[in-house]
Amino acid sequence: MNWGVLLFPGSNCAEDCFHAVDKILGKPVKYLWHKDTDLGDVDAIIIPGGFSYGDHLRPGAIAHLSPAMTAVKEFAAGGGLVIGICNGFQILTESRMLPGSLLQNRGLKFLCQDQSLKVDNADTPFTSEYASGDVVGFPIAHNEGNYYAAPDTIAEMEANGQILFRYCSPDGEVSEGTNPNGSINSIAGIINRTGNVVGMMPHPERSADSVLGLSDGKGVFVSMLKHLEAKHG
Amino acid sequence: MEEKIWRKAGLTDSEYELLTKHMGREPNTVELALYAQMWSEHCGYTHTRPLFKHFLTTGPRIVQGPGENAGIVDIDDDEVITFKLESHNHPSAIAPFQGAATGVGGIIRDILAMGAYPIASLNSLHFGHPGEHGHTRWLISEVIHGIGEYGNCVGVPTVGGEVRFSNAYKGNPLVNAMCVGFMKKSEIKKAIATGVGNSLMIVGNLTGRDGMGGASFASKDLEEENDEDRGAIQVGDPFMEKLLIEACLEVFEEDYVVGVQDMGAAGILSSSVETASKAGNGVEIDVALVPKREEAMRPEEVMISESQERMLLIVKKGMEDKVNKIFHKWDLHAVVIGHVTDDGMYRVLEDGVTVGEVPVWSLMDAPTYILDAVEPPHLKETMAFKNEQVAQPSDLNEVLVRLLGAPDICSKEWVYRQYDHRVQMNTVVKPGSDAAILRIKGRNKGIGLTMDSNGRYCYLNPRRGAQSIVAESARNQVVSGAEPIAITDGLNFGNPEKPEVYYQLEQSIIGISEACRALDTPVIGGNASLYNQTPEFGSIYPTPIIGMTGLVKSLDHVTTMEFKNEGDFVIIIGETKEELGASEYLDVIHNLVSGDVPELDLALERKAQDYVLDIIRKGLVKSAHDLGDGGLAVALAESCIAGELGANVSLDLDMRADALLFGESQTRFMLSADETSTDKIVELAAKQGLEAAVIGRVTKAKNIIIHNMDEKLIDISVDECGTAFSTGFDKLMKTDS
Repeated sequence: MNWGVLLFPGSNCAEDCFHAVDKILGKPVKYLWHKDTDLGDVDAIIIPGGFSYGDHLRPGAIAHLSPAMTAVKEFAAGGGLVIGICNGFQILTESRMLPGSLLQNRGLKFLCQDQSLKVDNADTPFTSEYASGDVVGFPIAHNEGNYYAAPDTIAEMEANGQILFRYCSPDGEVSEGTNPNGSINSIAGIINRTGNVVGMMPHPERSADSVLGLSDGKGVFVSMLKHLEAKHG
Repeated sequence: MEEKIWRKAGLTDSEYELLTKHMGREPNTVELALYAQMWSEHCGYTHTRPLFKHFLTTGPRIVQGPGENAGIVDIDDDEVITFKLESHNHPSAIAPFQGAATGVGGIIRDILAMGAYPIASLNSLHFGHPGEHGHTRWLISEVIHGIGEYGNCVGVPTVGGEVRFSNAYKGNPLVNAMCVGFMKKSEIKKAIATGVGNSLMIVGNLTGRDGMGGASFASKDLEEENDEDRGAIQVGDPFMEKLLIEACLEVFEEDYVVGVQDMGAAGILSSSVETASKAGNGVEIDVALVPKREEAMRPEEVMISESQERMLLIVKKGMEDKVNKIFHKWDLHAVVIGHVTDDGMYRVLEDGVTVGEVPVWSLMDAPTYILDAVEPPHLKETMAFKNEQVAQPSDLNEVLVRLLGAPDICSKEWVYRQYDHRVQMNTVVKPGSDAAILRIKGRNKGIGLTMDSNGRYCYLNPRRGAQSIVAESARNQVVSGAEPIAITDGLNFGNPEKPEVYYQLEQSIIGISEACRALDTPVIGGNASLYNQTPEFGSIYPTPIIGMTGLVKSLDHVTTMEFKNEGDFVIIIGETKEELGASEYLDVIHNLVSGDVPELDLALERKAQDYVLDIIRKGLVKSAHDLGDGGLAVALAESCIAGELGANVSLDLDMRADALLFGESQTRFMLSADETSTDKIVELAAKQGLEAAVIGRVTKAKNIIIHNMDEKLIDISVDECGTAFSTGFDKLMKTDS
């Protein structure tokens, strides 16, 4: 059961994701290099946060052209689990592996805070450890996290249960007042139609280590692990 | 030379005479430029070096004191942390975004040059009053944006620091950045050019004309016409810095490199001179080999450029290709620009032809100045202040609310939510507390990080003011569960050639030194930024900034300020005196910067800190908070707001209510504890001869009620206080003027 953390120049949450799999899950994990065309033997891929290529042009715009992303697309087409966190989410939308785009935050400022999220769909390989309607706390830290997609795309995603997490208040209220960055329908994380590629702005890895006072994020990694274990028997 | 061109370069006549004596001849323009930069205050510490002798720089945990890129302290288990702070005041005054950003980048490279992984940034910022001037608000926004943009991209969390305000900084804001790195003891690198024949390799960015003469720019007064000095401001590229960090640390894992130095002030020149001087060697650099981004750069321009994101590596002969291969992996280049020689000369070549040649030692031998010190005349008046000069306001609730919303006291969440303070997953206690706490991965221990200053205190009493800042820093560590280890100091002052400024500088250094000795926190490095004055607004307040690190021996000791449970007892350690002088209260409520700084007994301070740390380690304390700006009432309100609980307390002190509530008597702590622990806390305090007063209890009802001698002084809802505290900064930044 091998995990891979994809490393771009400028990725800065790769070590954190590595730590979450290695130390919190206790599972084998390796770095994948952006220039690699063969990702080797991996069962799940994490595309970490950061500023790949310095966010030059726009976040994720250059990273999605890297050789490794072609391999990631093939991996996902074969049903492999892929999760993009923060900049990883931006890379996934740039590469069209997920619909929509991430615009600059409504407040026009970088925003780092501990954020409450409502689990919208717990019936996925990434969220099975939660129950739908659960309120969980993950940190956010981004400047371009304002999710947007065309209205018909949003309607389709809503109908298909493709929204995994929404920004909310600590008691679970989802409203414009609790929406930190202006995302449409307070969307914080989504899944593709086939249910194996996730993108989310909040950082589950940062809330996976209880010594830091947050532990809700561990569920994302445990959900993925359980799915992989079931799949591989 | 015909004209006195050395004056334009920033050298005095006597300095010019001295350097010609050192050289045995007159310098050419290249050589003159070398001296002008190396003998500036910024590189040569010409005014501050003689004063540094006061500092305690050694101790059982000190692995490296001043003299390297950064100092190093031992945190047990063969692990060390390295830290330093640096000012970027003048660049930030003129181009606040880039000035602040490159300040962050520069100090990160200092840490990297020690061989360490940068794990945290802090910063101490001083501006004019945000509510009064649009330009000030623009400066604040841009500086904070610059720090965030750089730190966030490079992936080093910004975990703490301070933002303070006074119109003393209106024309000359202060931007001091601190970085902390972590490594194993065996991984320490030094800035030294040993091994004759070894190569000097430059890595990172191309060299351009940006940051030309930045060191000497930082060493003169900031004047309107300095807009022409815009060329002295560098442009930052955090993406390049991130690549440099990764690539350098990968190179350091191999045995290829004998020395490393960041290229900061005075660029290639200063970095190579310092490494050569330490080894007693010479160096030879050919400017034609330096990769440039501009054409037709003169040799001296190449030597002193402060283009950012560059490092100098001293690489073992024969290992150059191996080093370059690692940099290639990160799409970077490492280029040989010269080598180490045995003749002790600093030789600059252009295409193989010598264009400048001076003894290395002479560049490091900047003349030092001990100037006249005269007590600033304002002290006569301010020291004579009597509490009776101000009338006590009738509505003390209103005073409390105003103080909680005042710029120095109100929540800085507006600032730190723009900084990624969680990346790297070590942040146990985030910004907004007395100290930031980081865990050390794989261990049950952590470090405490603080940055503190109080320009008003030092303006009113430079020596005791400086002592108080060190004491407060240590208190902030202790209440967070950390044992103070060491400090780095940022000396921000006006023009030292003015006797009253020199007095402030000297007295502040003496004060820091005395407090550091009493509290066993040696000075392991620092930075001096002098000439912080403008013709329009005069000198800044004397502003020594203390960056301190502490060791949290077990993460179980981590303690925060917020009240935890209803019914817990509230305890004040230390004596509350009738002291209003120098207080935030006088400044904010009475618009008066006057009086003497509160009394401080350093021996008592030490005893009280040891005691508080001891009871925290014993697990007796639920919350702990330093009593600082705004005194007892503000500290009580902060613990209530953060804990979303109330408090009902009664005191029995025969003094003015405003002094009791808002006076800033030193060596005081506010604790909360359950009943059994409270008894032990009081008992242990008595054994130490310390005052511990149980003043009341934490309540579920969200009100703050304070009685003194049966008179009700304060009765206000926590929510009202909380709103003032949390919206204060937002309001100031939205002022329409």
